Amino acid sequence: MRAFDYIEIRVPAKPQYVSVIRLTVSGLASRVGFSYDEIEDMKIAVSEAVTNVVQHAYGLHEDGEIVIGVALYADKIEVMVSDYGHSFNFEEVKSQIGPYQEDESVELLREGGLGLYLMETLMDEVRVNNNEGGVTVFMTKYVTREQVKENVQSITR
Amino acid sequence: MNVNVQFREDGDLLLGFIEGEIDTYTAPILRDELEMIRLSEGLVVELDLSNVNYMDSTGLGVFVAFYKKIVKENASLKLVNLSARLTRLFEITGLSELMEIEKGGTTNASI
Repeated sequence: MRAFDYIEIRVPAKPQYVSVIRLTVSGLASRVGFSYDEIEDMKIAVSEAVTNVVQHAYGLHEDGEIVIGVALYADKIEVMVSDYGHSFNFEEVKSQIGPYQEDESVELLREGGLGLYLMETLMDEVRVNNNEGGVTVFMTKYVTREQVKENVQSITR
Repeated sequence: MNVNVQFREDGDLLLGFIEGEIDTYTAPILRDELEMIRLSEGLVVELDLSNVNYMDSTGLGVFVAFYKKIVKENASLKLVNLSARLTRLFEITGLSELMEIEKGGTTNASI
């Protein structure tokens, strides 16, 4: 038997589907046995990744799609968010991320660009792949040990 | 899923009650509601977030934009009754150092 269950969801790259994905991943994460706070963190991280595709991957008149792959293990969850639209330069984007600084002047405050920072803060591992077709974000989150003992059967059973 | 804002005016104080989920789909609705506020010098805008049960960076972006406008107009902004989840979001992004936020005591709203 495979060590994980794999679920794939494909939705149009439209803002109204971001909450659908967030709630679906939340439901799947609860099967693995994550705590309330871990699931809430994950909801934000996944929404950020999906929102990024909705806002940037496709032009105004393109009908794009988002593919979300979720792998459920006994002790972790892997979420992959992929588009087949335009790529972005990860290093460049990454150099511009980070929390707001107290000494930043108000006029210069960024109104966007926190998404990648939140993904990295709220998940245990985040990797971004730029391939010819588009961008794929891989995110992993581990269950804390006590909870694994309690809930491990929900996946391996 | 939606977001809804109700305002109540009390002299120089404008109270706003925000309810719902704030993400990329609903953020434009919230932004439009906040943009309709007539800002004047000395106006205190207090936004109650106790019934905001989800928010991500798109929501933060709306509040940052509004805060910039507030500062420009010499008004002031206070976000009140934040759930533990919302407080955490403002803290990890560093926004709690810049904007005035007040944690809520009794509500169970979550992100």
